[in-house]
Amino acid sequence: MFDIDKWQEIFATIKKNKMRTFLTGFSVAWGIFMLMILLGAGNGLSNGVSENFMRDAVNAMWLWSGRTSIPYQGMQENREIRFTNADYDILKDLEGIEHTSGRYYIGGNLFSYGSEYGEYSAITCHPDLKDVESIEIVDGRFVNQVDIDQTRKSVVLGKDIYDALFDGKEAIGEYVRVNNIPFKVVGICKEGGGTRHRNAYIPVTTGQKVFNGSNRLHNFALTINAETIEESQAIENRVRERLARKHKFDATDESAMGSYSKLEDVIQTMKIFQAIDIFIWIIGIGTLIAGVVGVSNIMLIVVKERTKEIGIRKAIGASPASVIGLILLEAVMITTIAGYIGLVLGTGLMEGLNFIVEKQFEASAATNGGNGETLFRNPTVDLGIAMSATLLLVIAGAIAGYIPAKRAAKIKPIEALRDE
Amino acid sequence: MISLNNVHKSYVTGSNSLHVLKGIDLEINSGEFVSIMGSSGSGKSTLLNILGILDNYDEGSYYLNGSLVKDMSEKKAARLRNELVGFVFQSFNLISFKNAMENVALPLYYQGVNRKKRNKIAEEYLDKVGLLEWATHLPSEMSGGQKQRVAIARSLISQPKIIFADEPTGALDTSTSYEVMDILKEINDDGITVILVTHEHDIASMTQKIVRLKDGRIDEIIKNGELKNFQHQYAKELETA
Repeated sequence: MFDIDKWQEIFATIKKNKMRTFLTGFSVAWGIFMLMILLGAGNGLSNGVSENFMRDAVNAMWLWSGRTSIPYQGMQENREIRFTNADYDILKDLEGIEHTSGRYYIGGNLFSYGSEYGEYSAITCHPDLKDVESIEIVDGRFVNQVDIDQTRKSVVLGKDIYDALFDGKEAIGEYVRVNNIPFKVVGICKEGGGTRHRNAYIPVTTGQKVFNGSNRLHNFALTINAETIEESQAIENRVRERLARKHKFDATDESAMGSYSKLEDVIQTMKIFQAIDIFIWIIGIGTLIAGVVGVSNIMLIVVKERTKEIGIRKAIGASPASVIGLILLEAVMITTIAGYIGLVLGTGLMEGLNFIVEKQFEASAATNGGNGETLFRNPTVDLGIAMSATLLLVIAGAIAGYIPAKRAAKIKPIEALRDE
Repeated sequence: MISLNNVHKSYVTGSNSLHVLKGIDLEINSGEFVSIMGSSGSGKSTLLNILGILDNYDEGSYYLNGSLVKDMSEKKAARLRNELVGFVFQSFNLISFKNAMENVALPLYYQGVNRKKRNKIAEEYLDKVGLLEWATHLPSEMSGGQKQRVAIARSLISQPKIIFADEPTGALDTSTSYEVMDILKEINDDGITVILVTHEHDIASMTQKIVRLKDGRIDEIIKNGELKNFQHQYAKELETA
């Protein structure tokens, strides 16, 4: 098999039949190249979108209160449902819930520091909101349990607020007035995945106390411990039932209490991506089949074209095995090398694309404070898949060459010689 | 060297069967220079192909160098062809993408001789047929006579016992034909059996033994001494033609 002479003979044949070699090689290289591009593009799209999703915790859930729309236990509809701190304690310990944060809305929200002022949102929260909304701390710290317990007047400023009020000066420890009440700046943060950072966070208990909220809460942000739609729905139902029992409303009443689970959306979207993946695979396999047919076709023609040569070789003493070996080795070698070239070109193109995408991502990230917008990331292909595809084409080429080569090697040399 | 006993051969195409050889008995000894003659369709090429194990036969027996050639595996036939016989064809049958030297060296490739050595031997044989300076030329760059001389060098390189030539001069003009015949005669002088098929009387008359085929049977065998007679008959045939 690894007889140098045989390879020299094959190389000599290839060198002198460039067109034939090129055509065989091209169909293989093209097939692999297209497959790499298809799969890479699919992966890139999938990666880009899932990255966008990951900006908030994917398992986040929100609850908000409203007015009942269904009469319940003898009570009229249109009754207002109010969440309180007691609900926070219930939710916190409910099975399947990881992080919980309540919010009390405060109006107005005029922020001022020295002579600088502006209108921003002050969000009251528990420390867990940091995990639910993937808030990044740039400086200092987030709201902590001590703030909650001691109803401290602490505030965590969004980066945009900090930039507007402080313009680069040291802010930690300074006092900012929110609706004319001084709050001590304890941290500076960025919204996870957001491009605007115009929210300020203050401890929920402080909010309630300072802005006359008593023990009232308006909504909850949670993260749940679920991996499937079913689990997510089960937890959502459990939350609804528990709160419905406490506040005496129908658990199915969406207007008494609204709820939204992000995980359900994420899973739905991932399903779409699975479908796109399958679609890409179907096209990819189609491309491969086209490649296989192309290679087979060319091999058939090659053997036909070489019938007379085979006759000559047999007349001067070539055994059938050596004839088959010559054709097969040539086919395998061409398809392997061409497949490799296709692989390298495809990978190269996708890596180049990746480079450009990353550059754009960085550029957009720079203008948006670290969070780039992109729908397309890391468009690369699993090397194992690419290798198997190449191997498939090589084997197909070998089989397509073997059948006619065997037939040609079997016929009487005189018949092969007559072939023109 | 060669012994044929009642050899039959038919070609079957669809429902038609063409009985080409209808019982050939023939003995050819080592070192003979034989020509097989006959009109087209007389079966002379078929006979040569069977002798050269390029084709099989249906009935009878054929002994080549003492061993029976019948229902032989392609592998064994290939080895016999490689070691025992050399071929020269009317249409040269050189491999078009190989140069003269590589074409000549090819039989040695199938004997497992390494490239360097076989190319050197090929050059020697090209020198013998006077084409050493054409060693690196492709067949398409050569004249018919040159191509045939390359083919002869190729048939000789494996040092065969028999050379089979099917109309070796058929595609050549008269003077080139005579050159080729001179080479074949030299080969025969070296002790190699040469069997050629031709329909040209002047070519046949240069050999020592003429086997005339007619309708698939041997019509007559003219031996060396009777060549004069043959010339006479040849003239007579020309008259009737």
